[in-house]
This record gives sequence, structure tokens and C-alpha cells, in this order.
Amino acid sequence: MKNIVLIIFISVFAFSATAKVVTVGSKAQFNSIDKAIEQASRYDTILVQPGLYKNQKIIIDKPLSLIGEKMPVLDGGNKYQIITVNSDSVLIKGFKLQNSSFAILEDPAAIKIINGNKIIIESNYLLNNFFGIYLQKCKNTLVKNNRIIAKGQKEQESGNGIHCWKSDSLQIIGNKVERNRDGIYFEFVTNSVIWRNISEYNLRYGLHFMFSNNDAYFTNIFRNNGAGVSVMFTKKVVMMNNTFSDNWGDAAYGLLLKEISDCHLEGNTMYNNTAAVFMDGSNRMEVKRNIFKNNGWGLKMQANCMDNYISSNNFLGNTFDISTNGSLTLNSFSENYWDKYEGYDLNKDKIGDVPYHPLSIFAVIVEGNPPAMLLYRSFMITLLDKSEKILPSITPDNFVDNKPLMNAIPL
Amino acid sequence: MGRIFKYVMLDIFKNKIVIFYTILLAMLSWSAFSLEDNESKGLLTLLNIILLTVPLVSILFTTIYIYNSSEFVELLVSLPIKRKVIWNSLFIGLGLSLSLSFILGAGIPLLIYAEFNNALLFIAAGILTTLIFVALAFLSSILSKDKAKGIGVSIILWLYFALLFDGLILFLLYQLSEYPIEKMMVVITSLSPIDLARILILLNLDVSAMLGYTGAIFKDFFGTTQGLIISFGLLLLWIVIPYLISLRKFKKKDL
Repeated sequence: MKNIVLIIFISVFAFSATAKVVTVGSKAQFNSIDKAIEQASRYDTILVQPGLYKNQKIIIDKPLSLIGEKMPVLDGGNKYQIITVNSDSVLIKGFKLQNSSFAILEDPAAIKIINGNKIIIESNYLLNNFFGIYLQKCKNTLVKNNRIIAKGQKEQESGNGIHCWKSDSLQIIGNKVERNRDGIYFEFVTNSVIWRNISEYNLRYGLHFMFSNNDAYFTNIFRNNGAGVSVMFTKKVVMMNNTFSDNWGDAAYGLLLKEISDCHLEGNTMYNNTAAVFMDGSNRMEVKRNIFKNNGWGLKMQANCMDNYISSNNFLGNTFDISTNGSLTLNSFSENYWDKYEGYDLNKDKIGDVPYHPLSIFAVIVEGNPPAMLLYRSFMITLLDKSEKILPSITPDNFVDNKPLMNAIPL
Repeated sequence: MGRIFKYVMLDIFKNKIVIFYTILLAMLSWSAFSLEDNESKGLLTLLNIILLTVPLVSILFTTIYIYNSSEFVELLVSLPIKRKVIWNSLFIGLGLSLSLSFILGAGIPLLIYAEFNNALLFIAAGILTTLIFVALAFLSSILSKDKAKGIGVSIILWLYFALLFDGLILFLLYQLSEYPIEKMMVVITSLSPIDLARILILLNLDVSAMLGYTGAIFKDFFGTTQGLIISFGLLLLWIVIPYLISLRKFKKKDL
């Protein structure tokens, strides 16, 4: 018994003895962060006092906590990558990081982490950097409550806000990313979650997702991005409660799904996009309880999509609810609400008695012959649409919702 | 000329159909803007209605009016007045009064609800469409002495521009879909005043992003001052040419 108490006492003493706190500042123990890191031992905490630290090129190669008091400014002077982490168990919190260098080959970032495990990057403000936070081969890493604003110049001259490559078990939470090339970028990232972020005014995608299986993103807002959000070449992604809005332009999509399978799209809101969801080669998707509102196209589903199940969605005020590029339909629609539905409900079960064909003839014409969009709102097209609704002849007749709802689902 | 013009104007303003037309336009425009929740949608709805009713009313009313006033014209011809003056004052009287009803009926709500530039464009397009169809009516009513035939020709002309022309464009699009026809489409659409007006308005709304590549080409052309001048010049030609033909026929006609 005595021995156990002794062991506990010694271990606590040993821990507190090794983890000491070091301060950096003009009148503190150290006046440069580099020196403090050099002198510090493993698991120490480095407190950085407020002030402007110019020309920073910090390399963290041991487990440390780097904490800023009242947002000290670390400036890369457009010459250096500001913080490079080559170690496990590092915390970086409470800094303003600005003006990293720019280079096409090295991709310098404000914070770059290589081969890290158990890293936390929290509450930093990143301004005018090339890449913001760059995670390369990381595990169990948390990126939380950071604000990242880039210059938003040309696509070639900008980096990504949060760039994750070949990583596992990441958590990207509560960040706000603006004016980068891609807001959040995922490539070969698995078992990760993206939650409550806001990504807007990015030049290309709000979220760019490739070869990243078994991930989920919830409750994010993606708006006013150059081309919306794209999820490509991926399996088993869960997309829920996100908002995709105002991605308006020639080649902009709310959500672009390309070559993905077994994904789940539920409870999202999409409004004011040129095309809310564009599905190309997407299989076995479940699209449920989403709101498609005031988009040019609600759901653009190419004929190479298979076994998708679209149910309980609200389609409101879109120019075209659905469009497709072929006559083959291997997907099913059920119990959606379409505001253009004109049927009736005799037995009052809130399901329309007449099946609804969501594909309008003009949507088919435009898909086969894009210049025909010039005839939008012309009297002849209105007539054609009406007559096709009554007697379908050109639109594929298996593109049908057999149980259209009479009222919008309260979502 | 002034006096004949005055008689024509006074006669038309006493006409119940013109008053009814003004009220109809006003009702349509006000309801279009108050029913739709945003300006752009209201403008599109209005566009649909106006591009249908304005040409129809202009061409039919003018044709019928000219046939009905044939005795008045015959009386004038017997007086020492040049035929050109008679025909000109008839045209100006009809065109001006119908344009005025358009401005009163649709122009005011447009100026109130729509963005100023869009409203101006819309009003200009509306007035030009009115004048074009008045000119076409002059042509169709001079072609035959038979009233029924003249009205028939007018209706066919309206049908052609409102409906058949778009069908023709669609047919061309399908036939030539293998070729880069976007630039050609700019030329072809300028051949129909209704289409030209519709596309000019569409390009200025959010919807233009949906027009894709073709839209971009159209925007490249019509977005410039030069393009706008050319297209409005084309619309003016649509007024001048039918009218001049009708004037030549009227001068030689044995009444």
C-alpha cells in the first residue's frame, strides 16, 4: 500500500517536474519563439505574449503546447511557411497567422503538419496565407474554431483553406473559411468528420472531396462558392443538415456528386443554385428529406446513375425540378413533394392519386440541345410543356413519382 | 398633317377598346409583381404576358381600325391632301396612342417594381413591339380590300411571330445540333421582334446563368453598346420596312 502511494506521488511529481511553462515576449524569459522551442523539453507549454512577431519560420519537432495570449501576430513576411509541425501531440492555439510565402511546388502554409498524431489546432485567425492549415499523413487531429481568410485572387495563385491529404480520423469543426481556392479539401482522408463549418466566397469549391471513404459532414454552410461543393470518387459518405446556397454561375453546382456510391444525403437545404445537385455516375445513394428551393435545376441526374432512392424531398420553385440526359431510368422516386404537381387526392391520404412525371419536356430538350435554353419562357415552350404533361410522348414514362405528396413536408 | 393626326388621336382615345387595353395591361402588370415574391420572377411573368398580348392587340386593333376608317380615308383622299400625309398621320396616331397605353398600363408598375435599367429596357422593347405590329397591320390591311382576309392575315402574322417562329428555331436547333450554330442563332433570333425582346430581357436577369454557352455568346453580343444598337436598329427596320411597303401600295391603290 505504501509503495502504491509512493509510486503515485513520484509519478505526479515527475510529470509536473517535466511539463513546465515557458513564456515568450519582449520582456519575458525568451524573446523569440524559436529559442523557446529549442530550450523547451517534451510536453512543455510555451505561452506567447501579445505583440507582432515578424519573419517567423517556426519548426516544432517535439510534443509541445504553443498558446498565444490575446492573439499575438506571427507574420511570415511573405517569405516563410509560418509553423511546421513534425511531431505528435502538439497544440497550437490563439494566434493570428499572416502572410505566409507563396510557392507552387512546396505549397507553403500558415500551419503545416507532417505525419502528426494527436494534434489540436484551435481558435487561430489565419489571414492572407497561401495554404491555411495543411495536414499531411495525420491521424487523430482536431482543427477547431479557426477563421481562415485568403486574398481570393486567381485560382492558380491561391491555396486551400484546410487541406487534408492522406489522413485518418480528423475532426474539422466550427471553422470559417473564406476566399481560398477550395475552402476545405479532402483527398485520401478516411473516418473523418466535418461539422459546423462555414465555407464561402471560395474561388473553386467550398468543399472538395476525393478518394475519401467513410467520412461524414454535418451542419455546414457552403455558399457563394465559385463551383459549389464537389464529392468525387468516394464511397460511404454521409452528408446531412448542410446548407448549399447561392452557388450561381455557368458551371456552378450546389453539390456535384461524381462516381460515388453508397452515400447518404439527408436533411440538406439547397437554394439559389444554378443546379442544386448534379449526379454523375452515382450509385446506391439515398436522397431523403432535403429541400430544393429556387434553383435553376433541382436535381440533374445523368442516365449513368443507378439504384438511387429519392424520397420525401421538397421541390419548391425550381425552374426545372429534374433533368436527365437519357431515357434509361434505374432510380426510384417516391413520396416527394413537387410544387408543380397538379393532381388530386380523393381518399384524403395526403398522397396524390395521379402519378407525377417530374421531367418536363423542355428539360429533356435543353439537356440534349443546350442552345434551346434560348427559348426559355417562350409561349411555344409553355404550350409544349402543358401538352406533354397531359399526354407524355417524348419524356421517359418510367421517370415517375407514383406517390407524390399533396403538401410540402415540414422540414 | 397636324389636323388629320389630331382627328385620329381623338378618335382612338374615345375608343373603348384602347381604354380597356390600358386597364388590362395595368391589371396584368400589377398582379404579376404583387403575386411573385421577387422582382426577377415578376419581370419574367410580365414578360410572358406582354410578349403575347401587346403584339396581338396592336396588330388586330390597327387592322380593324384601318378597315373601319376606310370611308374617312376615302373622304380625305378626295381632298387636296397628299396620300403620304394621310397614311403617315394614321400610322403616327395609331402607334402613338397604343404606345401611350402601354406606358400607362405596364410602364408605371415596371418603373415602380423593377430595377430602373430593366424597366427602361422593357418599356423600350414594349414600345418597339407595339410599333412593329402596327406597321405589320398596315401592311396586311393594304394587301386586300376584304376585311375578313386582312384580319386573317394579321392573325396569321401574330401566330407566326408568337408561336411558329419559335417552333422553327427549335427545328433548326435540332437539325443543326452538330454544328456550332450559336453565332448564327444571334442572327436568326433578331429576325423575330418578340424573341429579340425576350432574350434581351432574359440576359439582364439572374436566369442568364442558365443559358450556358449560348447565353454567353448572346451576352457578348448584346451586352455591348454596339450589340444593343444593332439589335434596336434591327427592330427599327421591322417597323420601317413593312410600313414603307404599305405606303407604296397605298399611294398606287385604287380606292
